[in-house]
Amino acid sequence: MGHDNVRLDHRIISGLVPQGSAVLDLGCGNGDLLYILIKEKIVRGQGIEIDEQAIYKCVAKGLNVFHGDIDSGLADYQDKSFDYVILNQSLQQIRHFETVFNDALRVGKRVIIGLPNFAHFSSRFQLFFLGKAPVTRSLPHAWYDSPNVHFLSMTDFIDFCIRQNVTIEKRVYFTEHREISLFANMFATAGIFVVSR
Amino acid sequence: MADIGIVETKYFTFAEPPNELLLHCGEKLGPITIAYETYGQLNSEKNNAVLIAHALSGDAHAAGFHKKQNKPGWWNDLIGPGKAFDTNKYFVICSNVLGGCKGSTGPSSISPETNKPYALDFPLISMWDIVRCQKQLIDSFGITKLLSVAGGSMGGMQVLAWLVLFPEKIRSAIPIATAFRHSPQQIAFNEVGRQAIMADSHWKAGNYYAGSHPVKGLALARMIGHITYMSDESMAEKFGRLRMVNSEPFKFTADFEVEGYLKYRGDNFVQRFDANSYLYITEAMDNFDALEKGSLEKLLHGHKVKVLVMAFKSDWLYPSYQSKEIIKACKLSGVEASYCEINSTYGHDAFLLETEEETHLITHFLKKVFYKYEVTGNYGA
Repeated sequence: MGHDNVRLDHRIISGLVPQGSAVLDLGCGNGDLLYILIKEKIVRGQGIEIDEQAIYKCVAKGLNVFHGDIDSGLADYQDKSFDYVILNQSLQQIRHFETVFNDALRVGKRVIIGLPNFAHFSSRFQLFFLGKAPVTRSLPHAWYDSPNVHFLSMTDFIDFCIRQNVTIEKRVYFTEHREISLFANMFATAGIFVVSR
Repeated sequence: MADIGIVETKYFTFAEPPNELLLHCGEKLGPITIAYETYGQLNSEKNNAVLIAHALSGDAHAAGFHKKQNKPGWWNDLIGPGKAFDTNKYFVICSNVLGGCKGSTGPSSISPETNKPYALDFPLISMWDIVRCQKQLIDSFGITKLLSVAGGSMGGMQVLAWLVLFPEKIRSAIPIATAFRHSPQQIAFNEVGRQAIMADSHWKAGNYYAGSHPVKGLALARMIGHITYMSDESMAEKFGRLRMVNSEPFKFTADFEVEGYLKYRGDNFVQRFDANSYLYITEAMDNFDALEKGSLEKLLHGHKVKVLVMAFKSDWLYPSYQSKEIIKACKLSGVEASYCEINSTYGHDAFLLETEEETHLITHFLKKVFYKYEVTGNYGA
């Protein structure tokens, strides 16, 4: 896997994780991110993934992965078993987000969370002017077949962290191709946060 | 993929008096003979050896063909050149369990004291004893550390016993469709099998070797077993409600295909298995508790064993929650592990049948353990 075709969010997360960390990737999919983290940051990595076919791909990459859902995958771990627990674009797999988020903060010293921004201007435009539930390139699903069970904006997440007494240590906003810093809640299609309690 | 070709069973004898093996039950047993087969070559570093542990009715003949036989070993799909347990790379060993009847010392063996079969004078054996005998065999090859121990069902229990007893002697473990300990349901099914044997008038408290064997009881035990190895779906698919074409118009004959199948399985089994061995081995399974010596967390502390656990969706005899308990223990002890619940309709038998998925997982897992890599450049999906 060359560096050129590494997804931007994976590149950003790899930049946030220090060398040699212990990392748990919740909803690790085909294991692309874990693979990069192990190769570039020599992390001790563990994945949890619900999709059986994705498990086969992870194992083919030499990754350690558990077949199971995120909601129940964390409970068995002792406190602070990992330096980082990653929840990247896996929100849609989580039914009880608040529970999982708190358990991730228990199991990991820090949590890296990657979220889509439902308040991106193109979504706002569609909702406001067309009066339709937005379908965008980063949120490509129609309301009737969307896997997303939670809809939130960057501002919503920040408010949630304040209410939960969670410290946001770092935040990175980006569009499909690059990081941005101004008016993120309007222009970012997604954000990645490093949080701790 | 190619098969291994012609193989033969060999025999290893140890624990000659006065150095008998002290069993878990406190009794001594010796001499002990263990039947085994090997496939592939042990390399000069002696670090490519994989031990395969068989299930309840299995034996040392895991792969290849015996002379003049057209049926290959029980895990031939997984063991051989280019297969999951690649005999071009690995040295594969499979031995018949202590207490068995396929060449290893068991209740049907001749006792050196009486010159008659042990029968019920044979001491109660445990999974720990079975594994200790395997360890003796491994030692005889001069192997100090196994690349892996793998097995399904009762074979998986032996894998777990290795993990607990000799974590420093193995680099990886592959327990498939198994459990740390039997649930009451699993014990119940085994007990019905044992009762079927003991209710057979030919059983005679185990002393049947000179006369007729309790074949009806043993066949019934096997029939019950086979029901638990399949699933509702796999039975429906395999038999439906079809009736045998040549069934006779008589009450209570085995008319349905499924009845005929079970009868065939039962009758077939008594040709190759000893009823007392069935009693001893199922008892060892029921008594086994991998964690009786303490938590895995404590036992594996500081050992770098890698674990690959597999379960099968339709397996109701060894349900996936039992495999998840193994994974939970791995999580708590910080052991590197992977787990896959394979989508299969075959029930418990899946560990012998879902060879494609098993091959994929085992191949990559073993490669990683053997070459000691975490993730390398060429392993992208």
